[in-house]
Amino acid sequence: MTSATESRLPVSEGRRFYQMPQTAVEREVRPTPDRYRNPIGRYKVRRSADCRSCAVCVDICPYGVHLKPAGYALPLRPRDHLCIGPSCAETDHYCVEHCPNKALSVGRNPTADAIGDPRWTSDLLISTWQQAETGRVPADGLEYERGASGGGFDALRFRFPEEPPVRVDPAEINTCLDLNRRNDGRPEISIDLPIYGGGMSFGSVSIHVMIARARAAVAWNTFTCTGEGGYPDRLQPYDDHVITQVATGLFGVREDTIQRVRMVEFKYAQGAKPGLGGHLLGDKNTPDVARMRQAVEGNALFSPFPFHSVYSVEDHKKHIDWIKEINPRALVTVKVSTPTDVDMVAVGSYHAGAHIVHIDGSYGGTGAAPDIAKKNIAMPVEYAIPRVHRFLVEEGIRDEIVLMASGGIRTAHDVLKAIALGADGVVVGTAELVALGCIRCGACESGRGCARGIATTDRELTKQVEIDWATQRLINLFAAWREQMVDVLCRLGVKSVRELRGRTDCLRRVNWAEEGGDSGV
Amino acid sequence: MPERYHIPTVPTPAQFRPIGKYAIVDWREDCARCRNCVKTACVNDVWSSERAYDRDPSSPVEPLYDCHACLSCVQGCTKGLLSLSINPEMLALGDSYWRPEMIATTWKQAETGRIPVSGAGYRGPFSGPGFDSMWTDMSEIVRPTRDGIHGREYISTSVDIGAKPMRLRFGANGELEAAEPLVEVPLPLVLDIPPWGRDGERLARARLEAAKRLGIPSTLRLEDIGLAQEDELPFVTPLIEPQDVAGQEPLLERLRMLEIEDASGALASFERARTANPDLVVAIRLPLRPDAAERVLELYSGGVKVIHLCADAQGCEIGVAHPRFIKEVLREVHTRLVQEGVRDEVTLIAGGGIALAEHMAKAIICGADLVAVGAPLMVALGCRVCGGDHDESCPIAIQEVEVDYAAQRMVNLMGAWHSQLIEVLGAMGIREVRRLRGETGRAMFLEDLDREAFGDIGY
Repeated sequence: MTSATESRLPVSEGRRFYQMPQTAVEREVRPTPDRYRNPIGRYKVRRSADCRSCAVCVDICPYGVHLKPAGYALPLRPRDHLCIGPSCAETDHYCVEHCPNKALSVGRNPTADAIGDPRWTSDLLISTWQQAETGRVPADGLEYERGASGGGFDALRFRFPEEPPVRVDPAEINTCLDLNRRNDGRPEISIDLPIYGGGMSFGSVSIHVMIARARAAVAWNTFTCTGEGGYPDRLQPYDDHVITQVATGLFGVREDTIQRVRMVEFKYAQGAKPGLGGHLLGDKNTPDVARMRQAVEGNALFSPFPFHSVYSVEDHKKHIDWIKEINPRALVTVKVSTPTDVDMVAVGSYHAGAHIVHIDGSYGGTGAAPDIAKKNIAMPVEYAIPRVHRFLVEEGIRDEIVLMASGGIRTAHDVLKAIALGADGVVVGTAELVALGCIRCGACESGRGCARGIATTDRELTKQVEIDWATQRLINLFAAWREQMVDVLCRLGVKSVRELRGRTDCLRRVNWAEEGGDSGV
Repeated sequence: MPERYHIPTVPTPAQFRPIGKYAIVDWREDCARCRNCVKTACVNDVWSSERAYDRDPSSPVEPLYDCHACLSCVQGCTKGLLSLSINPEMLALGDSYWRPEMIATTWKQAETGRIPVSGAGYRGPFSGPGFDSMWTDMSEIVRPTRDGIHGREYISTSVDIGAKPMRLRFGANGELEAAEPLVEVPLPLVLDIPPWGRDGERLARARLEAAKRLGIPSTLRLEDIGLAQEDELPFVTPLIEPQDVAGQEPLLERLRMLEIEDASGALASFERARTANPDLVVAIRLPLRPDAAERVLELYSGGVKVIHLCADAQGCEIGVAHPRFIKEVLREVHTRLVQEGVRDEVTLIAGGGIALAEHMAKAIICGADLVAVGAPLMVALGCRVCGGDHDESCPIAIQEVEVDYAAQRMVNLMGAWHSQLIEVLGAMGIREVRRLRGETGRAMFLEDLDREAFGDIGY
């Protein structure tokens, strides 16, 4: 846990800046139910007018679907998102069978069949919500490991040996990731999960979401990123776990925001709109956002592409040197997209002095982007990771730079698959938003923004997401993910995520056309 | 902004009710009639704005065209009465090539004239057949890129149709011989006749009107030429059988472009048309058969420098059991022309299977100079790709369409395509679309990526 005093490092002579006392957040799983009145599950339980309120169902259901609080004449409407479905018939507590009046029925929830898409299936959405609620691996019957896109991570599986070659105690599994391998005298920062949060700006998401992400990052001793939209003052109690972004528009970048943090990210490109720069539509540029970005309210804000002062690795190095000079304790990460020459770009970033190169594949991204760009421009990250990893190995610099991957990491299994393909760790965004109740309706950019109060700066909509609730949902999600990661590593007989890096022998491919039946949609 | 970089789009809502993706199921039974009904709280105000369409108030299913499926109402309803479902009408749209979402996005683009934008990442399958198994490049740091997307510099999307001699020719007295005629189009495409159904009077009139507004030639069958007004002739490319060229000299003199079907006598008719009007760009329309590359070289030797390769409506080769997709054939034709050292002299128009803006960009990367757009123009008017014959059974009565409205919808769609092409070019750091042609090095193909990245992973 972080406290106000530890982890402070001496600041170079002649420079003084003030850092707020840092706030600690407990890493503890607590049940955190959906914030909507009617949570969505895979099944729907109906209670007909034949019900005589005998409460047999209340007594037998171990999942808490049926409730009849003391003093109530009738049972409550079934909390059907907790129901495990018709497979319950095989158990001795199937309410439909035990109901003396045959008043109960269970069927698929039509809404569950209507949400989701091949990348984020209905099952993935529901299981992510469940993990955020309980902090545990989801219930039986949900496909929570992969989507149904037919390629990439979804067509990769782990090759589990019948018996792990080494017996590993789950308690021994190490999921830490060191972020500074350069041995350059800058701080050695280690995070407790091979995961940190991707850049989402104030403007693209609400301040509540930003704070919750930062608090969850504190709890898990990892990082979150401000994105390109300035550094809200309310994030200052979490400075030690915030990465601040320097992107092409330089919105809200100031010397003191660079000095506050332990990590600074240069964003050259992002996977959702590679080569196109950022874009905040005018509607979302509210007075608060405009002030933060030092821009005019109501104007659409474009980040140009690329950095107009960077046309070579030398220019790139010059920028990194500036940051290193301004903040002598900061690590520098460089976020790039996945062009044909992504391997060269990664090596260039190493030579320019970056500690981390972060490749953002084309299928991910949280912000609004042209559909044509998301689908067609730049390669999926699954293909970029092995290419970059191998090239760094061939260049003999693999162990001096950290390779982070993002752009379509949805599940704990995706995290480990990315690592087995050659990444050191991953960066997540959409998965966090889904944990906060995002349904991926994709209407982030329009009008007042997100109907679910996440990707919006509308003051009324923002209130839908409470900070404490959101913090806990994220802490829970990462707890559930860690549990799954530990389980996979145990079954593979690998003691740490570090050892899994580049272990493509732990993976196998599936022929989607032949095995397409297990799609989960 | 100079005119040729600007397409005048005007929001043009559909005259029919489009089919939305989602419907809300509401059995109403048990409704508490509470005052804080979630329907009135809809952030996008869909419930009230679409109430007029709800012609049958007792129907439990309400299809909502603009519903984003945010589920706020489904999850917020006091009694949990609402469910979401996919509108079955939506799923029934289109065919195996034109997927429902392609039709929906085309409708939207034709309505707004704007590039489709959405959040929360890509939501389709990892890859697919045809154009869905390639990705275009972007330029990262070290390549100079341009600022064209947001307007400080222009990205040129114009191309020339016509013969492009490799050197100037001079006469005996040193005077410059007449240059070959060229038709410059502001977008790398031509408007084509519909690949299915009848090209009715209003459809053709709308296409001509759109052609004039866009400055892009539109193909028209010779028998329909009477529909074109005098001031539209520069934007009309009559499609003509070889034997019909004779006797059309008065018409040919007033045209800029002509297209001759590749049938027997095509080359002789080509010569005849060129003689009748030396300023005429004459193309040969070649059905995409497996021997297309050979035939293109033959035509080239015969003096033909503009060749329109026509795949079927699904973008496949014609007349073979296992047809290749147009992207493969284009790569072959392009490569052959390059090997023969004549690629730059020839203009290749690729038609068939061009359904989305990305297909235009990808066909050009595979070797076309420009594409022919037929089906999307009908979809812009609300066509559901039912494969019908545009007769009385057409669900949107496409033959009755209002010309001015239809033309604007087509212009809007092309405007949206223009913006999307610029996104692709901008991302690649390419400043004009002419340089995109055949740039397969700036594209990534599924089979190559898969072999490189996953080749060492066993099944």
